[in-house]
Amino acid sequence: MTTELFSGAEMVVKALSALKVKYIFGYPGGSVLDLYDAIFQQDEIEHILVRHEQAATHMADGYTRATGEVGVVLATSGPGATNCVTGIATAYMDSIPMVVLAGQVPTTLIGNDAFQETDIVGCTRPIIKHSFNCRDLADIPNVIAKAFYIANTGRPGPVVVELPKDLLIPQNKAEFRIETDVKMRSYNPNVKGHPKQIRKAVKTIQGAKKLVVYSGGGIVLSDTAELLTTLVETLKAPITNTLMGLGGISGKHENFVGMLGMHGSFEANKTMANADVILALGVRFDDRVTNNVEKFCPNATIIHVDIDPTSISKTINAHVPVVGLVEIVMQQLLDELAATNFIPDEEALKDWWQQINLWRDMRHVGYKQVEGEKIKPQRVVEVMYKITKGEAYVASDVGQHQMFAAQYYPFAKPRQWINSGGAGTMGFGLPAAMGAKLAFPDKHVICITGDGSIQMNIQELSTCMQYNLPVVIVTLNNRSLGMVRQWQDMVYDGRHASSYMESLPDFIKVAEAYGHIGIKIDTLDELETKLAQAFSIKDKLVFVDVLVDEKEHVYPMHIKHGGIDDMWVSKGVKA
Amino acid sequence: MRHILSILLENEAGALSRIVGLFSQRAFNIESLTVAPTDDNTLSRITIATIGNDKVLEQIVKQVNKLVDVIKISDLTERKHVERELLLVKVAAMNDRSRTEVKRISDIFRGSIVDIGKQIYTIELTGSSDKLNAFIETLNNETEIIESVRSGCVGIARGEKALRV
Repeated sequence: MTTELFSGAEMVVKALSALKVKYIFGYPGGSVLDLYDAIFQQDEIEHILVRHEQAATHMADGYTRATGEVGVVLATSGPGATNCVTGIATAYMDSIPMVVLAGQVPTTLIGNDAFQETDIVGCTRPIIKHSFNCRDLADIPNVIAKAFYIANTGRPGPVVVELPKDLLIPQNKAEFRIETDVKMRSYNPNVKGHPKQIRKAVKTIQGAKKLVVYSGGGIVLSDTAELLTTLVETLKAPITNTLMGLGGISGKHENFVGMLGMHGSFEANKTMANADVILALGVRFDDRVTNNVEKFCPNATIIHVDIDPTSISKTINAHVPVVGLVEIVMQQLLDELAATNFIPDEEALKDWWQQINLWRDMRHVGYKQVEGEKIKPQRVVEVMYKITKGEAYVASDVGQHQMFAAQYYPFAKPRQWINSGGAGTMGFGLPAAMGAKLAFPDKHVICITGDGSIQMNIQELSTCMQYNLPVVIVTLNNRSLGMVRQWQDMVYDGRHASSYMESLPDFIKVAEAYGHIGIKIDTLDELETKLAQAFSIKDKLVFVDVLVDEKEHVYPMHIKHGGIDDMWVSKGVKA
Repeated sequence: MRHILSILLENEAGALSRIVGLFSQRAFNIESLTVAPTDDNTLSRITIATIGNDKVLEQIVKQVNKLVDVIKISDLTERKHVERELLLVKVAAMNDRSRTEVKRISDIFRGSIVDIGKQIYTIELTGSSDKLNAFIETLNNETEIIESVRSGCVGIARGEKALRV
């Protein structure tokens, strides 16, 4: 019996099939043409052709954030691969699993400055979880299996696999062997919290008078909203979410005090600052949360649960560190609470909630919309929330609109909110929304963006046409780079250096030129009807260009160098 | 404080660059670095001498451990250990007096002269980094150092404790 032999290109496709990949997001080029030829000759995996490789990474990323499945990107060597760098960094900062297959010049030419040669493994080294240089044809399937395993276990992240052209060509063949049950002696993430630390954590919780739960992206990545909700209800504690953790508990839950941090709610930041115990779950005490670390929650004992030991005590010292998967540790905590007959201290809770409700009643997240005046961007988000009943997938770009969406669209479930939190990548929104729409064609998918961000990947309107991805793009058009302008107003005495978007295109015509529908909204009285009209169109992409008040700022906002609760609550007003 | 870190990692292409990249990316200090395969040639062992306070050291150890290629890391300076560094130094030995003096100093430090030229001596010396520093300082007072090269330190724990897979 003769064994069947396969080319490297065929092996890549077979390996991806074995790993149940449905889509590859990519762009062809010289060094990966054999791979494209192999993809062309099968039906199991669909290739989505983007218009720029950066968008391929963001689209894979958006697909992953919406579904939890590992996104796969394919790019050619040289510029194709380097165009992926921003998207890889974006995924890395937010711990999104992704496998990037990058072409490379033939092994015989590597190091020769060959045409379209760049050392992509070198370029991406600081922004990946791991990378592989494939040098042996027979290794390809197992390298890809390892890449998926590493990307999607422990703290997830992007993995780059470099594939030289001579490994892919049909002239070279080998046997196909794949071990999908990957074991590596150098990589064994610790999943279960240490029992001693669990007991210590529960003891700390039992002694708390003013407990707060602070949860983040880890909850979303592990799809453990229900467990988190149970834990919060057991503890009867207030909960705040990071920007990445929104949807980890319903935004309408009575214990939810809002997002914390730089543009967090007044009550969330106040609750954190006054807590005596902080239960931190799947967070990393990012500088956009803490403000000045020296002044961060001075009276709190901190229990920090995270899968990544490097996140613990990196910026803020954890008194009770617990390394493990947040879903497993939360269950361990619940079990230990039950085993120790935990009963919440009702008297302390009453005082604590009374205080929190006083902060809530100050209503420091807010804006003033006057009839007949320019549309406030916050209002646009609120109207979208109403029309979509809070059930849409919302992919955001980066800037003021991102914060308004985070503040005014209370997410019910994890994965509904898709944004570049860590990297802050403008141009992320549209391709990410496309990835979500591809996964959930029957759901409302909104790309909330600004007149700056949308132009960073606007070419993807063409991809939307090709693959029929009718997302609703809502541009909060303030003819400015709004967040830059806000900082210039507040820090640079109103000198608007390069923050004014002169010569903006007519977005309606742009949308129409790509074959889509454009709707312009200029006045408040047409806002609701025209937005409702946009969301009623199911089979075509609608680009809604909403002209909003360019002078609006995002509040609350941390006062630089202050504590977590030192905030501007409106123009010139400190909390 | 100075720490000596021993790292056991997969002997894979690019593994060293991940370590070095990590140190530069996160602004950690490298005082010296040595790397070579071990008795098991699928493994490399890296020894890094670094300086940092406890908080920085904790991050270094965790961050290195997080690299997928790294199997184990140990801070040798946390417990009893043996540490050695190799020095090769070429000094001017122009006349009888300086030749005698260089030979005498080498003997005191238990170094050996491994090469002789018309006007130079090349000395090999092994020891702790401190001892090497002292030797160089003494030589400097006596003659001119023409060239010197140090291996960077390597170390191993005393007793039964072993860094193995």
